[in-house]
Amino acid sequence: MRRVLLLFCHPRIEKSRANAALLRHRPREPWLTFRDLYELYPDFQIDVKEEQSLLLEHDVIVWQHPLYWYSSPPLLKQWIDCVLEFGWAYGPGGDRLKGKSVVNLLTTGGSAKAYSPEGHHRRTLKEFLHPFQRTTTLCHMNYLKPWALQGTLHLSPEGMDQAGDDYAAFLRTLAEGDLESLEMNE
Amino acid sequence: MTSDILLQMVIYLAAAVLCVPLAKKFRMGSVLGYLAAGMLIGPFGLGWVGDEGESIKHFAEFGVVVMLFLVGLELEPRRFWAMRGLVLGMGTAQVLATAAVLSGIGIAVGLDWKAAFAASLALAMSSTAMALQSLKEKGLMESVAGRQSFAILLFQDIAVIPILALLPLLAVHSGPTGAHGAGSPLDALPAWLRTIAVLAVIASVLAAGRWAVVPALRLVARTRLRELFIASSLLLVVGVAWLMQMVGLSPALGTFLAGLVLSGSEFRHELESDLEPFKGLLLGLFFIAVGASIDFGLIASMPLRIASWTLGVLLVKGVVLALLAWTAKSAIDQAVILSTGLSQVGEFAFVLVAFITGLGLVDPQLGALLVAVTALSMTISPVLGLLSEVLVLPRLLANPSKPERAPDNIDERNCVIIAGFSHFGSTVGRFLRANGIGITILDDDSAQVEFLRRMGFRAYYGDATRVDLLETAGAAEAAILVCAIGCPETTRTLVETARQHFPNLHLMVRVENRYEAYEYLREGIDTLYRETLHTSIQMGVDVLRKLGMPAHTAHRSGLGFLRHDERTMRTLAVHHGDTDAYIANVRKAIQLQEELIQSDLGHQPSLSDEAWDSDPLRKGFAKPTPNTEPPKG
Repeated sequence: MRRVLLLFCHPRIEKSRANAALLRHRPREPWLTFRDLYELYPDFQIDVKEEQSLLLEHDVIVWQHPLYWYSSPPLLKQWIDCVLEFGWAYGPGGDRLKGKSVVNLLTTGGSAKAYSPEGHHRRTLKEFLHPFQRTTTLCHMNYLKPWALQGTLHLSPEGMDQAGDDYAAFLRTLAEGDLESLEMNE
Repeated sequence: MTSDILLQMVIYLAAAVLCVPLAKKFRMGSVLGYLAAGMLIGPFGLGWVGDEGESIKHFAEFGVVVMLFLVGLELEPRRFWAMRGLVLGMGTAQVLATAAVLSGIGIAVGLDWKAAFAASLALAMSSTAMALQSLKEKGLMESVAGRQSFAILLFQDIAVIPILALLPLLAVHSGPTGAHGAGSPLDALPAWLRTIAVLAVIASVLAAGRWAVVPALRLVARTRLRELFIASSLLLVVGVAWLMQMVGLSPALGTFLAGLVLSGSEFRHELESDLEPFKGLLLGLFFIAVGASIDFGLIASMPLRIASWTLGVLLVKGVVLALLAWTAKSAIDQAVILSTGLSQVGEFAFVLVAFITGLGLVDPQLGALLVAVTALSMTISPVLGLLSEVLVLPRLLANPSKPERAPDNIDERNCVIIAGFSHFGSTVGRFLRANGIGITILDDDSAQVEFLRRMGFRAYYGDATRVDLLETAGAAEAAILVCAIGCPETTRTLVETARQHFPNLHLMVRVENRYEAYEYLREGIDTLYRETLHTSIQMGVDVLRKLGMPAHTAHRSGLGFLRHDERTMRTLAVHHGDTDAYIANVRKAIQLQEELIQSDLGHQPSLSDEAWDSDPLRKGFAKPTPNTEPPKG
C-alpha cells in the first residue's frame, strides 16, 4: 500500500463548504497523512526540514486546495518555493523525490463546462494547472490527472455528500489503485 | 590664606572663561585661548599671578598624566597592536631624524655635542595634549594625518622612558635627577636591584590592572554611588602615578600602561567619562601655567636668538614631518595637517629640560632658553594651524578631504547602541547579534555587564543618560539608539539628552504603556514599543485558537488588531495632547479606556474582511449565467 501525504491548503476553512465537506469524508487510516498547512503555518514560516522528511516518507503527494484566480492559495506557492529546494528536489543532485506521484485535488466555484475552450474561462483546468505539472516534472515526479469538484457555488448538500464519497474513493485509488493510468503526459 | 586660594581660583577660572570662548570664536582652538589667558594674567602680563605659576604648572602636569591614562584607555591592545607598524615606523623616524638634524645645528652653532643631543631629544617631542586636542576639535582624528599624528605622539610618549633612562649615561657626573626622578627611595639601591624593582613595579601595575582593579571597580559600582566611582578612578590614576614616581619612572607612562590594561574592561567608558573633565580642567590649567611662565624678560634680552631658535625648531620639525608624510605617500593636505600639527615642542620637553639641566648636560641659561622656546612654540603652533586651515588647505583642495575611516575602528563604533540590557534589551540585542548587527550595550548593573562580557557581548557599565558616556559609546557615529530601559523616568531623561546632543540618532523607545507613548508621540517620536502589547495580543490569538478558530484566521486577526491599536493610539494621542498629568488621573484613564473600547467596536476583523469568503460570491452569482461565472471558488 502506498503512503499518501495530503497537503491541505485553505486560508479560511471556517468559510468553506465544499472543502469542509470533502474533509469530513477523508479516510482516517494509517496510509493517509493529513496536513493542514494554514493551521500549521499561520504566519507562513514553513518548517522546510519537517516538510522534506515527510515527503521522503510518502509515495503520493496530494495538493488539496480551492482554485483562486486560476491558481492555488498563496501558502501552497510558499510551500513549493521553500520546500522544493535546489539540489534537493531539482537541479544537480536534486533527485530525492524521484518516482513519487503528485496530484492537484481541487474545488472550483465554476462548472466543468466553464473550464473548456468554449467555456467562460476559455481554457481547460489542465491548462491552468500547467505550472504545477512543470514543477513536478522538474522534480522528477509523475504528475497525475487532477481531481476536481466543480460548480461548488451551486452544489446542494446532497451533491456535496456524493462528492465526498468520490473523494474518499479517489484517495483510496491513490493508495492502492493503478497510478499509471492516471499519469498525465505533457 | 583661604581667600588667597579663592582669589587665585577666581583669576585662573575667569581668565579661562574669558579667553577660551574668545579663541573659539576666532576659530583658534581652546589651547591658544588657555595660553593667552596665561600670558594675560602672568607676571609679564597683568601680573596677577606670580611665582606660584611654576608650582601650578607642576600640579597641572598631572593633567598630562590623566591624559595618557585616557589615551591608553582609548587604545585597546588589539588596536595598539594593529598600529604597531605606524607607531614604530613613523615614531622612530620622527624622533631620530628631528634629533639628528637639531643636534647637527646645535653643534654647528657651537654647543657641546652632549648638550646638543640632549636638548634636541627634548625638542623633538611634540605636544600630545595640544595636538590631540586640536585634532579632536577639528574632527580629524580618523584622517590619515590624524592617525599618523596619534602614532607619532604615542611613540614619543613611550620614548620618554628610555630617554630618561639613557640620558644619565651621557652625564659627566650623576647629579640630582630631574623633576620626575627626584627623591626616589630606590636611588640608594644598586643599579641591578633598581632595574628589578622597576620591572616588578611595571609588572604589578599590569597584573593589578587585570586581576585586582576590575573586581574592585565592580564592588564600587555595586554601591551605585557615582562620586565613589569617580574617587576610585582618581585614586587609580594618582596611585599608579605615585608608584611610578617612587621607582623613578614617568608617571605618564605608568598610567598609559594602566589605561591600556583597563581598555578591555567593561568600565572603560565609565572611567573615560569620569576622568575626562579632570583631564580637560587640568590640561587647561597646564596651558595657562605655560602661558604664564613664558619669560618675556628673557625673550626681551635676546629677542633675535630666541625668535630664530623657535622658528628654526618649528621649521626643522615641520620639514621632517612633511618628509615623513611624503614618504608615507600621504596626500598633500594630510602632510600639511601633520607637519603643522606636530611641529611644536611638547610638554614633555619641560620635564626633559628640567632633567638634563639637573644632570648638568646643559647649563641653566640654555635650560631657560629651551623652556622659552618650548612655550613660544606651543603658542605659535595653534596660530600656524589656524593659518594653514584658513589660507593653505582651502587652496590645496577645492573640497577639503573627507576623513578616511580607519578599518580597524569600524567594529569599535557599532551602529546600534542599546541602553538598558535587562530581559527586554537583551532580547533585542540577541536578535540583532544573531543577524550580524554590531551592538554596543550600556547598562548600569555591573554584575549584568560582567555576565554579558563573559558571553562575548560588547557591554559597558555606566549611566546611559549621561552625555559623556553616550559620547564615548559612539553616539555621534551610531545610527540607532535603542532605549530599552525599564524605568520610565530614566528613559525620559535619556531621550531628552539624546535628542538634544545627538540629532543624528534615530530613537527607538521602549514604553510601559500607551499613556507614556502619548507623550512621546506629541514630541514627534514615532518608533515606540509598548512592553506588553505584542505579548498580550499573541496571548489573545492563542486563546482564539484554543477556542477552535483556525490558526491563520486568528493570526491575521491578531495582526489586524495590532495595526488598529497602533492607529488608535496615534489618533488618541492627538486628542489628548493638551491634557496634563493624565496618568495619575484615574478618571481620565477610565475615560481613555472607554474611548479605546468604543473605537474597537468599529474594528471587526472577521466581518470587515471578505478574502476567501465564498458567501458573497454565492449571493452575487445566485443565478448562474455562463458569461459571468467567477474565477474564484
